[in-house]
Amino acid sequence: MAFLFAQFLTGLANASSLFLVASGLSLIFGVTRIVNFAHGSFYMLGAFIGVTLMELLPGHVGFWGAILLTGLAVGAIGAFVEMVVLRPIYRAPELFQLVATFGVILVIQDLALMIWGAEDRLGPRAPGLRGVWRIFGEPVPKYDIVIIAITPFILFALWYLITRTRVGVLVRAATQDREMVGALGVNQAWLFTGVFALGSALAGWGGALQLPKGGADLLMDFNIIGAVFVVVVIGGMGSLPGAFIAAVLISVLNVLGVTYLPQSTLVLMFVVMAVVLIIRPYGLLGREEVAGEHGQVGAPETPIRPYGTTGQMLVIALLALLAALPLFADRFLLILMIDMVVFALFAASLHFILGSGGLVSFGHAAFFGGGAYAAALLVFHTDTPMELAFLFAPLAAGLLALGIGWFCIRLTGVYFAMLTLAFSQLVWSLAFQWREVTRGDDGLVNIWPSPWLSGTVPYYYFTLALGIGGILVLRHIIHSPFGYALRAGRDSPRQAEAMGIDVKRIQFAAFALAGVMAGLAGGIFVFSKGSVFPTELEIAASFDALIVVFLGGVKTLAGGVVGAGFMTVAEDWLTRLEYWRLVLGLVIIAVVIIAPEGIVGSLRRLWTRLRGTDEEALQ
Amino acid sequence: MTEILRVENLKKSYDGFLAVNGVSFAVKQGELKALIGPNGAGKSTCFNMLMGQLKPTAGEVFFDGARITGKRPREIWRMGVGRTFQITGTYQSMTVIENVQMALISHHRRLYSVLPRAWKLYREEAFEFLKTVSMQDQADRPCSILAYGDLKRLELAIALTHRPRLLLMDEPTAGMAPTARVELMQLVADIVSEQGVSVLFTEHDMDVVFAHAHHIMVLNRGELIADGSAAEVRANPQVQEVYLGGGTLFKEASHA
Amino acid sequence: MLEVEGIHSFYGKAEILRGLSFRIARGEVVALLGRNGAGKSTTMKSVMQLVRPRTGRVMFQDRDLVGAPAFRVAKSGIGYVPEDRRIFTDLTVMENLEVGRQPRREGAPEWTVDQLFDIFPNLAERRTNRGKHMSGGEQQMLTIARTLMGNPMLLLLDEPSEGIAPVIVEEMAETILKLKSEGLTVVISEQNLHFARAVADRAIIIEGGEKKFDGSFAELEAHPEIRDAYLSV
Repeated sequence: MAFLFAQFLTGLANASSLFLVASGLSLIFGVTRIVNFAHGSFYMLGAFIGVTLMELLPGHVGFWGAILLTGLAVGAIGAFVEMVVLRPIYRAPELFQLVATFGVILVIQDLALMIWGAEDRLGPRAPGLRGVWRIFGEPVPKYDIVIIAITPFILFALWYLITRTRVGVLVRAATQDREMVGALGVNQAWLFTGVFALGSALAGWGGALQLPKGGADLLMDFNIIGAVFVVVVIGGMGSLPGAFIAAVLISVLNVLGVTYLPQSTLVLMFVVMAVVLIIRPYGLLGREEVAGEHGQVGAPETPIRPYGTTGQMLVIALLALLAALPLFADRFLLILMIDMVVFALFAASLHFILGSGGLVSFGHAAFFGGGAYAAALLVFHTDTPMELAFLFAPLAAGLLALGIGWFCIRLTGVYFAMLTLAFSQLVWSLAFQWREVTRGDDGLVNIWPSPWLSGTVPYYYFTLALGIGGILVLRHIIHSPFGYALRAGRDSPRQAEAMGIDVKRIQFAAFALAGVMAGLAGGIFVFSKGSVFPTELEIAASFDALIVVFLGGVKTLAGGVVGAGFMTVAEDWLTRLEYWRLVLGLVIIAVVIIAPEGIVGSLRRLWTRLRGTDEEALQ
Repeated sequence: MTEILRVENLKKSYDGFLAVNGVSFAVKQGELKALIGPNGAGKSTCFNMLMGQLKPTAGEVFFDGARITGKRPREIWRMGVGRTFQITGTYQSMTVIENVQMALISHHRRLYSVLPRAWKLYREEAFEFLKTVSMQDQADRPCSILAYGDLKRLELAIALTHRPRLLLMDEPTAGMAPTARVELMQLVADIVSEQGVSVLFTEHDMDVVFAHAHHIMVLNRGELIADGSAAEVRANPQVQEVYLGGGTLFKEASHA
Repeated sequence: MLEVEGIHSFYGKAEILRGLSFRIARGEVVALLGRNGAGKSTTMKSVMQLVRPRTGRVMFQDRDLVGAPAFRVAKSGIGYVPEDRRIFTDLTVMENLEVGRQPRREGAPEWTVDQLFDIFPNLAERRTNRGKHMSGGEQQMLTIARTLMGNPMLLLLDEPSEGIAPVIVEEMAETILKLKSEGLTVVISEQNLHFARAVADRAIIIEGGEKKFDGSFAELEAHPEIRDAYLSV
């Protein structure tokens, strides 16, 4: 019993950082409607800056002063990011801003690498709090007790700020209608910057406070973001007490998990989240989100049309070029082209549910990696022939999508996005921790195609046939009654329901289909590389797909494909550089700011302008 | 005349607040009936319960003798009830005719079909419906650039595609210019008399209501305070007090 | 006090205002009349800079507002009540008023919460209620009260009678006349000619984004052809 209580206290202490980071994310989302992916990066910056400051400043005052200063420094960095990166694009479609924050992640990763190097830093102990206190005979670190005592005050201070002060009233009003707040004489630009700075500062404090219990390393950003999303989703978007309860719940469960079920620590929190969401779809203390906000901002979409003769000729010419490529291209170019087609199919499958369905999935890698793992596991454990195992990739991914979709489709907007991310993290943690089956991060290797496909050229044609075939199938479906019904459900769910369309069921079917296509891409991928690792299931893989869809253009059918081509080539060039993430991040941010309609959308606009015709006048 | 819609003691409460408190009425076949009342009286709540967007706290709704209380909007639609919305809900990414085709695709139960091209399906049929509301000239324009009044007419065409026996129209003329209001309601009145459809609508424009409705119901604070002909309702002192007002506005107008 | 000179405003590619000009003098109540889609709301938004005119000037007390952010326009003394009301439904009545609060201003009537509750007694009863539990008429009152908390010199009211029961419309007319007597300058946009005539000193008719008439209601009466052409009442 005493041991359990001590465990509980450890969990409470861990909850402190998690709560700080999660409340910051929740606050920023509430006002700016931006799901700030870079929030984990601010947490990481908090840890590194904290370590540096603690080394510089000695003693009690130095330690706590360093923590305080860290928050202020990270808050200032947050304000800078908001002003430079986000301010120019608030009018762009919401989800484009996500891509920008992802660019920020990449930039901060490389900047941290430049400044602090690749080595992990151990956090210094808090002066005067090095030992333990015995509680019911069990040792509990003194620092833990101090943190447990501090956290409720932070919660109270935040709660007071939001519910009892003028600033809080303005923040809550801006959450609902920022333009109106501006029309009432409030400078909302500074309100946004202030909220973003506060949210970032909270993440920075979270990073600094956990230092004596952990340390600082370059993987912290992605490691915490999954947990933070889970906390925000369980607690309910925008609810501070909810975030606190959820942070405690997750942290305590985590500590108990480490003791009793050490293989399941990562999986456990997602299971808890799934259970909570089945009972309360909008989290413990959350409220239903107004649906249909996402992707609806910006200029209205023009109706889709089949390509004209010029367009068809271009596509045929491109296909002919691809088919003739092995005649003159070398092996490296063919491999690059295989990567590109695989990525294009993966992106097209995400584009299908995102563009036509309005379903913004943050966890699409689950199906790509899931398909790859399904095929690889069969080959690895049962020596299944490649042809059969390959078929299993889309099948398994489709089944996985049915399972995950069953939970996720019931939600909308940001809840849907977060839940898909959490489920993909669940799949990732299975691959990572269930070592007996998946070999963990050693990956599954020697997954090669059958002899008739083992050459680069035959595999290139195999990829071309299935990859391009899959993309064309998706394209055809977008033009079919099913695709129209999907779009109807996105444009106006209310009208769609009132004309006999079961919107959720249509979305469910589309989600499963997208899963099948992503799994197909995963299948082609695994046999082209001969191996698969948990990295294919990571958040970063899902984000890659999201980025290419947005870079290509959500509102154009070719968006995913063009974006994938751009990204594959760009990564191929950039990864030769030492700080390629920095460059890529800056490129992403630049594209978002300069071409907010995506590459295809912007090209189309340029084309229209060059021809000097007015599309609307013609219609 | 037979009853097409019957509502019995309908109630809805939100967090202890009774938005609709025991409303009962009937709509007869071929009738054009208006539901009026101050903003917040519960008109939209009532409507949303009839069409299945909201579940009533208590009470029953029958369509053509069948109980539809608590059924989903799409089930009620399939039974033959059409609806238009106060704020139009057309599909912005489609053309005008594609919006109608979409409704026809659903009516013919082809929603899960993936082989044909959607814009080729039921095009002639859709064109006929556009003609009913005089929108045939705009068939291939994107819905997103339509004028507001045209959107309202398009929505009416969409609502007619499954040949409903009852149409529920929530503020069909809100936000339209006075002449356009009269035209649209005349169109609805024609459809009622030609096709025998029954229509229940809410409306703020008293000119529209008194010019077209066969019968008028007045809702106030969640309760029905009048149900009768235009003359009866106009003469009702309670209706004058809570809704129509004493006409002081018009007296002031004379000296302004 | 307000001088709009040749503004052209666009929504996307659609030109909504085509060189609109008009003047509002201190203490006046002016009604912008015209059909739906004629450009009345866009005119108000163009003054507030919620829609930015591409060309032209919006002079308020000898300062050009074009290009200024909306909050600065509000701070300069213009209060705006949008047609769709846009109250903060999750906030209480008191909190809604707090959002609108601005320091008092030279040359403008000053409002306190108590004074506003005198004018809008319904709001006083519901001060801790959240906006979403209020009727449309009460919401309309709240949005006007909220804007008055900013102590504006000029009040822009977009379609105050739209979607409101006739009996409340009468109250609204009285309220506007009361505001006028407090020294406020008011511009309303209206489709309801009766209402406009009851409260306004002058009418400006807009059609297709251009001014078609500017004069008293008596002049308008004298030219029924203008009324028939643009107002279709």
